[in-house]
Amino acid sequence: MSKQVKIISARCGNIRPDSIEDYVNAGGYTSLEKALKMNSADIIEEVKKSNLMGRGGAAYPTGKKWEQLFRIKNDPKYIVCNADEGEPGTFKDQLLLNQDPFEVIEGMTIAGFVFNSHDGYIYIRGEYGVSQKIMKNAVETAKRTGYLGNNILGTNFSYDIHVVSGAGAYVCGENSALLNSIEGKPGRPRIKPPHLAEFGLFLKPTLVNNVESYACIPYIVENGGDKFSKLGTESSGGTKLVCTSGNVNNKDVFEVPFGITLRELIYDKEFGNGIPNGRKLKMVHIGGQSGSCFPEELLDTKLCYKELKSKGLSVGSGALVVIDDSHCIIDYLLCVSEFFIQESCGKCTPCREGNQQIHALLSKFADGTAVNEDLNTMMRLSKLMKTGSFCGLGQTATAALDSCLKYFRNEFEEHMDKKCRAGVCDFKGGVK
Amino acid sequence: MGMINLVIDNINVSVPKGTTILQAAKKVGIKIPTLCYFPDQAVKGSCRICVVEVKGSRKLVTACSTPVGEGMEVVTNSISVRDERKAVLELMLAKHPQDCLNCVRNGNCELQTLAEEMNVRSIPYKVEPKDLPIDDTNPCIVRDPNKCIQCGRCVAACQDIQNIGAINTSFRSGDLKITTAFDKPLIDTNCIFCGQCSNVCPVGAIYEKDDTAKVWNAIENPDLHVVVQTAPATRVAIEDEFNLEHGTIATGKMVAALKRLGFNKVFDTNFSADLTIIEEGNELLDRINNNKTLPMMTSCCPGWINFTEKMYPEILPHLSTCKSPQQMFGAVAKTYYAEKAGITADKMFVVSIMPCTAKKYECARPEMNDSGARDVDVVLTTRELARMIKEANIDFESLAEAEYDSPLGKSTGAAVIFGATGGVMEAALRTVYEVVTGKTLDNVEFKDVRGLEGIKEAEVDLAGTKVKVAVANGIKNARIVCEKIKEGKCDYAFIEVMACPGGCISGGGQPFGTTNEIREARIKSTYQIDEDSPIRKSHENPEIKEIYKEFLKKPLGEKSHHLLHTTYTAR
Amino acid sequence: MPNLHELEYVNDIIKKYNQSPKELIAILLEVQEASGKNYVSEECADIIAKELNIPVSVVFDDLTFYAMFSTKPRGKYVIELCKSAACYVNDSKKVVKLFEEALGIKMGQTTEDGLFTLQYTECIGACKVSPAMKIGDRVYGNLDKQKIDDILNSYREGLICQNK
Repeated sequence: MSKQVKIISARCGNIRPDSIEDYVNAGGYTSLEKALKMNSADIIEEVKKSNLMGRGGAAYPTGKKWEQLFRIKNDPKYIVCNADEGEPGTFKDQLLLNQDPFEVIEGMTIAGFVFNSHDGYIYIRGEYGVSQKIMKNAVETAKRTGYLGNNILGTNFSYDIHVVSGAGAYVCGENSALLNSIEGKPGRPRIKPPHLAEFGLFLKPTLVNNVESYACIPYIVENGGDKFSKLGTESSGGTKLVCTSGNVNNKDVFEVPFGITLRELIYDKEFGNGIPNGRKLKMVHIGGQSGSCFPEELLDTKLCYKELKSKGLSVGSGALVVIDDSHCIIDYLLCVSEFFIQESCGKCTPCREGNQQIHALLSKFADGTAVNEDLNTMMRLSKLMKTGSFCGLGQTATAALDSCLKYFRNEFEEHMDKKCRAGVCDFKGGVK
Repeated sequence: MGMINLVIDNINVSVPKGTTILQAAKKVGIKIPTLCYFPDQAVKGSCRICVVEVKGSRKLVTACSTPVGEGMEVVTNSISVRDERKAVLELMLAKHPQDCLNCVRNGNCELQTLAEEMNVRSIPYKVEPKDLPIDDTNPCIVRDPNKCIQCGRCVAACQDIQNIGAINTSFRSGDLKITTAFDKPLIDTNCIFCGQCSNVCPVGAIYEKDDTAKVWNAIENPDLHVVVQTAPATRVAIEDEFNLEHGTIATGKMVAALKRLGFNKVFDTNFSADLTIIEEGNELLDRINNNKTLPMMTSCCPGWINFTEKMYPEILPHLSTCKSPQQMFGAVAKTYYAEKAGITADKMFVVSIMPCTAKKYECARPEMNDSGARDVDVVLTTRELARMIKEANIDFESLAEAEYDSPLGKSTGAAVIFGATGGVMEAALRTVYEVVTGKTLDNVEFKDVRGLEGIKEAEVDLAGTKVKVAVANGIKNARIVCEKIKEGKCDYAFIEVMACPGGCISGGGQPFGTTNEIREARIKSTYQIDEDSPIRKSHENPEIKEIYKEFLKKPLGEKSHHLLHTTYTAR
Repeated sequence: MPNLHELEYVNDIIKKYNQSPKELIAILLEVQEASGKNYVSEECADIIAKELNIPVSVVFDDLTFYAMFSTKPRGKYVIELCKSAACYVNDSKKVVKLFEEALGIKMGQTTEDGLFTLQYTECIGACKVSPAMKIGDRVYGNLDKQKIDDILNSYREGLICQNK
């Protein structure tokens, strides 16, 4: 009996992604038809009832976001889909974009209708060239067949979707940076307030949601928010696309109900199917590079925003990077640190300088020259970055480090004694 | 208007909605430290120095960018907040060259001040400044990217306020660099050398080229007769370097200091400003009466000249052919004055004290040698003069006031107002009115052209003929006017353009950190000097009457044409 | 000085996007691809700045901010090796060594024949087949020495006609 509950990924792999006929035959666009006969307030009510938390990683309640935008009296309003998916270990939006693009389009179209918007933008990261092509074709097809463009399905609602490409910047996953990028500028985040709901794209009221969030909308409209909510837990409605990667036998995307345990996701045959090469689990990096790492002891935690939060963890993007015991914590954290150094936009001091100093300090552990004071310096710097950075990137860049200090402190101390239990660090400035 | 009540450091504050925490704190005497924040520029929120605690928030917020909220409880001063600010500063200092003692901003550096105020005694990281090349290949401005703290103030000045965009942010992460496109030297870009970037830099990353050594050498050279001229705008700004109140009129002390430094003669650029009015006023009338190219545009601002030559060559025919007062001065100093003093042009060394960095470019223009030698040998900014005064151990504040020397030292109220935006226009109108109407102008003040507004317009009645004039300050506004002229939508007869917002009183070479508040103070003082002047019209200056009688003979005459007028080149 | 050939395709691309500054990134991506060397030259940047009526320093900001752009010529095929977490724990370092050996160059360099440039990329979403890399829009995974040799040969022999 499969533990997957496929409500947004059901069509993936089972229809021709470029065929709107396949999409419609598989139940697609009935939600839009229904929505066009509803009023916006009622649709928003269903989204609120659904308990859908933003699927990009920040997990802001989607219904609340839609309600806030609805209250803003200014136009035009823009609907933006964040398809920047830069979080390492995350490839779930890619699945939807490539294999069920019309579902994403339908969700965006319903959103357009709710807010009387006439222009939607889907910002797809530059590295997803294939997804961009598929989405562009899907948009053209939808326009040709009356599901997009002027007078959609014979109503007087007109709406277009523009496919915009990124150019290689993880920070553009931050919503305000993303909007700057659509405007042709570098993706350096904006000061808030003002918030994007009021001054967003081209300084107009804007909705920004993740691909997976939009993909949930048709189901919610069709079946009602309550039904979606009940699929999950009290604090997390619906299902979640999770991605297993790293040292697991099955690296793939799965659609699971909230409430499933992390152990099941890593070890069940249907999901990660355990660790290959006879190795044991060292830790799992959950939610993306900006998430925390947890050891074996926490495997029975349920996939649920509230429960994870109580353990200092977060769903994040739904990425589960599994790391086996052949790896060294310090060496892995250096990899994480290099990622943030590469991706920092450079605007604010704590992130621009902090990430480099974290790397320098970690390197001391890797080459055996670290002392106790360095631990204190790292922790103080991590606190500054968490509380003082301009945006989420800097604020979460040391989440992995903090969690490893919590659960694997002894490894840091061992390195101070020039011991690397994984046998990775050669304490001569390199790795074995 | 909705008032918001909040508490900052246990002090109750009531401010209008929209006020930031930084502004609200200032109202109750709480000074939150800042670095990237600069008045009159858009808030950046990037340095994170001004972070404060707000009860109920896990994260710190930047006071410069956070509006107050009803009932907010803000803590600006606790162990935790101070430690966080220190931690930010430590990160900056770890990348900063540790050569304060050799730095141009030693003792006058915002980073240094913060380190001192925040009691930073050690840096917990390896100190590793960058090793990037310094750009000093132009005569005006030096850029040292190793000292840059990426505050973005210079970018705001160049991109947003001046709308030139010679420099910008580039790259990201630790490689974030404020530089020109493709890292080219400034001289190879559309930089106009207005120096507004240097004026707002909090550290030693952008500063004026230091030419003081040349002046020291000239002064001590027994073979040279060294004369100095001072710009209108320097006298209301130099006191900032000696901690006197902004806008203090320090003319007499400045002259005294210059005499103490050893200049043979201390003259006044204001003299040649009056001279410029005579020539330019007559040129305007010539153009109006003989249907020549209109609108005519002033040409005394070298930043503006650089702008037209580089970016609007089609505007060049509109520029007055008059040299700037600085250059007119040099030309007549090495001819008219040299003759009187019995010195040859090659034995005279002319120094000018300017509020402006672009003036260094102007004096080095190859064609500026009509006297037979370099008309002006060296330009020093107000900042460099202050440095010389300090180096010479002169106690500026205690100096007794001194007078300018003759025959190039007398000036009028019309001359001094050249330093403020609208001043050249007003000075010109005072003379043109009397020339055209033959009547005495009783009310010399043309208030319509005064003030900080970007583009000002006025209509003057010249014995029945209505003449429309305009004044633009800040190159952004100059560009707007140029576009209007290009489109043929311009019915002005005469336009004054100053590249720097507010005019020369806010020049790139003035004491660091000019804000609108300081501009207003300097402008006020400038018009005060004008009001207090016994003579307020350029053509009534007795030394001007003398130079025409004895030497130039008539405005736009052959000698004037040779010495006081110039040409421009599209670049 | 830009030669006429460069002028042509850059202007065509700019026209296609209505000289709109908000399309700067899209314009730069297309100009880069059309260059044949995966870069945007200074001459092209100057033309774009002029046509879009923006300072060239603004164009340079985009060119240097975004990782996909290069202001220096690269190989016809840019091999981007993923070094992010999921690939890292699946021995992406070994893949780097294999590529360096196979091509005789180091990371960041271009082969003498101008065919291949080796550079790092952060996660490209190919975690399912880590360790992974991409060339243009084509993603290759589960890389070992044999696969790497086969891939390189197919590009050398022109079996892959387009970068995309």
